[in-house]
Amino acid sequence: MKKLFFLCVFTLSFINVNAQECNYTFKGQITDFHDNTPIIGASIYIKNLNKYAVSDDQGNFIIENLCSGKIVVEVQHVACESKLFSLSLNKNIVKNIVLEHHLKELNEVIVKGSSKTDKTSVEKSIKKTVIENFTDKSLGDALNTISGVSSLNTGNSIVKPMIHGLHSSRLLLINNNVRLFDQEWGDEHAPNIDINSSDRIDVIKGANSLKYGSDAIGGLILIRAKKYALLDSLFGKSILSMNSNGYGGNVNTEIVKTYTSGHYAKLQLNYKVFGDFETPDYNLTNSGLQSKNASVRFGYNGLDKGYDAYYSFVHNEFGILKSSHIGNVNDLVQAINNPEPRVIEDFSYNIGFPKQSITHHLGKIELYKQINRLGKLSVQYDFQINRRKEFDVRRGSLSNTPVIDLRLFTTSIQPDLMITSFENFKLNVGLNIRYQQNNAVSGTGVRPLIPDFEKFDIAAFSIGNYTLNETNEFNFGFRYDHSKIEARKWYNRADWEDIYNYDELFPEFETGIVDGTRIETTPNFSFHNFSTSFGYLKRIDDNLSFLFNYGLANRVPNPSEFFSDGLHHSAARIEYGLLTMDNETANKLIISLEKKDTDFGFEISPYYKYINGFIQLIPTGITTTIRGAFPVWEYRQTNAEIFGIDIDVNKKITNRLSYNGNFSVLKGTNTLEDIPLIHMPAANFSNRLTYVNEDFNQLSISLGHKTVLEQKRFPDYNFFTYNALIQEDVYVDISSTPPTYSLFNLNASAVFEGFSGGDLKLELNVENLFNTKYREHLNRLRYFADELGRNINLKIKINY
Amino acid sequence: MKTIKKMKTTRLLALLFISVLTFSSCQKDDHDDDDHDHENELITTLIYTLTSGTETVTLTFRDLDGEGGAEPTYEVSGSLTANTPYSGAVTLLNETEDPAENVTEEIEEEAEEHEFFYSSTNPLIDVAKTDLDANGNPIGLTTTLIAGGAPGPASLTIVLKHEPTKPNDGTASGAGGSTDIEVTFNVTVE
Repeated sequence: MKKLFFLCVFTLSFINVNAQECNYTFKGQITDFHDNTPIIGASIYIKNLNKYAVSDDQGNFIIENLCSGKIVVEVQHVACESKLFSLSLNKNIVKNIVLEHHLKELNEVIVKGSSKTDKTSVEKSIKKTVIENFTDKSLGDALNTISGVSSLNTGNSIVKPMIHGLHSSRLLLINNNVRLFDQEWGDEHAPNIDINSSDRIDVIKGANSLKYGSDAIGGLILIRAKKYALLDSLFGKSILSMNSNGYGGNVNTEIVKTYTSGHYAKLQLNYKVFGDFETPDYNLTNSGLQSKNASVRFGYNGLDKGYDAYYSFVHNEFGILKSSHIGNVNDLVQAINNPEPRVIEDFSYNIGFPKQSITHHLGKIELYKQINRLGKLSVQYDFQINRRKEFDVRRGSLSNTPVIDLRLFTTSIQPDLMITSFENFKLNVGLNIRYQQNNAVSGTGVRPLIPDFEKFDIAAFSIGNYTLNETNEFNFGFRYDHSKIEARKWYNRADWEDIYNYDELFPEFETGIVDGTRIETTPNFSFHNFSTSFGYLKRIDDNLSFLFNYGLANRVPNPSEFFSDGLHHSAARIEYGLLTMDNETANKLIISLEKKDTDFGFEISPYYKYINGFIQLIPTGITTTIRGAFPVWEYRQTNAEIFGIDIDVNKKITNRLSYNGNFSVLKGTNTLEDIPLIHMPAANFSNRLTYVNEDFNQLSISLGHKTVLEQKRFPDYNFFTYNALIQEDVYVDISSTPPTYSLFNLNASAVFEGFSGGDLKLELNVENLFNTKYREHLNRLRYFADELGRNINLKIKINY
Repeated sequence: MKTIKKMKTTRLLALLFISVLTFSSCQKDDHDDDDHDHENELITTLIYTLTSGTETVTLTFRDLDGEGGAEPTYEVSGSLTANTPYSGAVTLLNETEDPAENVTEEIEEEAEEHEFFYSSTNPLIDVAKTDLDANGNPIGLTTTLIAGGAPGPASLTIVLKHEPTKPNDGTASGAGGSTDIEVTFNVTVE
């Protein structure tokens, strides 16, 4: 309204300046700012004279018979930002007008999460509305709804996403264009991202991810922020979510201010708390959580330059099932044989030991400049600090001291040039310079799981996108990475000299300092890697397309694969990394046939991966400690093969009733030993019927179902252990998987238009509708307890 | 003029942001150069001393480099005389410290949260706990042992449970909790 008023004043101020001579012409050409191509069909409107012209095939326009004086011109095109300017007319004027052809990116109304990261990539997106449904859950839970994506869980709140059976260091998580480094190598380390801070999440299953790293063997998860419209506006949103299971919930508020000038600012705050969750039969003692998150974003989205600054804070405190703290293998056997966990106490919000307490800071600033007839140049600086403390059940004065205390600092700078000046060819080149420092904070009273280390990375990439014609599109990428790791670690002399023979293999790592049974070493490694990707898109018709992606990915071993050294309590095993570890190299192929149509659409994506030097943790022996005998697991390299298929189907049954379904199956094999790979997701499928009545408060009711079949393919890592108490060898079945289960859920929501411009949405969800008792084989705590029982959830969303 | 002002604000904001980043990344409060942590929770050594007035038998388990590394050693100083009452005492040490840390005291301080359990392949080797915690439940740091029946080899297993159910049925498996120690000695009864 204000804007309109100014416009009127602006226009009126020139309207009376008309003079007498009326034979001038105003002509020119309208071109695209980025590639200088003519813009056809743009309207040129002289506001104070009410005269029009439209640009022709060459982008040319002409308006004749104009009188001398000032004119106010507005140039408009459907996909561009309008331009308003005034001219003094006392002769014929030729003016070339450059329009920014990028309003699509800037305008939130047009972009509804439909555009892909890359046209040729095989990917899936989660929109804001779905993200909001998971407001009080984790990123992993939301991603679990995508076919081909599953999760490795520790209990129910530590959820680690998995694409095609691969997780941790094989999955790249990009938060606001910053690659997340949060000790992601650990199986029990969930990504430190507040799902509420994101606007859209893309899962790239294919190979088009070289911009972010060479090591996306599993895939890439992109957490995206919103581009705001160039409007003077202040809007916000709050969600309150309450749950019957865990008697907890979530409050999330975000407020956004945007300006016509392109400036914007956003603040988001989130608080989440849950007490002990429950299975159908019992309380999961010490499974509560507390989470405090905040993010701030501001920037300027100008036509030719701009910046974007982002900072996010995540603090999570996760209770870990008390019964999962065990001392030795006999305790594990007892847990496996007991139908219920050994500790069941009354409901409590208290988070005792064991627990994880993690703080993550992420900040970035990105500056960009559009360079006429070349493209867009941008530079991003970012930093992250991750502090991870894990507390265990300990003796005496050590109770409040963490057993793991790691602080990881990461900083990087990324110059990036997107060249858009060629007609059919786009080229993106960039550098990636990163420094990382891990500090095993002393004072834990335990040998650090991961030692102090520094890591330097430098990478250069180049990604080209070639549009052959309307139906064929190609994408090529190359990337070179150089990584250097310098660590400092104390080894057991027996391990260093006798068991792993490192004194002969790596004498150069020894510092000569020995303290009793310990020896100080400074392992350092250097890696060079080349990676490539290729993507092809064929549009068969308007909705139907075929995609092909190939990628060669290389991954440098992570710190735990090199340096792990010690007892892993909840797994009752001793884990060792190996200094002899080498690169992991993957060849990935994925094809996809996609029909995007709301009446009937589908996506069929088969894939194949062959991974050379696949690093996995496998049992290799038994060692005796004061706690009794323990199996020893070592990181070893093998070759692996994973192939599978993801299928998605959507069908409109009537105007108001629709169906969605998906199905995923995969097979992972250790090809050297010809045995199945461990922790591969089982075949699963889901169905959902949704009824939507737009006329009746946007009422939506949906009934969903998901079945996870029993994983019959697993490696047999069972073993015998001598139980001195009963003086017998006992069979330890750690491999067998739990049976098939099916879960149902029901959602209902309605929107009520209320106060000025705002609305209220009420949502009721019932998860695990039939209170089914089940266990999931990808939950690391499956030996100890069942999964969650029924949960009734109420969400109140207010838009204002 | 207005644009210049805006530019300035933008730059100022950017500058502010970068300085905040620099400040927060330079926080070295929690940084230290020492990762050579002393394992002050470790129990390297268990000594079970049995005295019958005239003779003393010690059973020693020692694993100086903790979990992994070199295999632990077991040492039994002599054989047990049948049908003779011994009074037993457990000593727990962390010998990575110098002087060795006495962990027994820590267990005594937290007696309500700990309990020792003794069992043997020879059912006639009977171990009775003689100490009580503040709640009147057994601890097992001090014991009496009588090896009844026929002479021969036998095993003796000592288990220390952390946070067991107290009172319990007297067996390690019935007591729950998590296992801090599980050591088995081979002894001979003469």
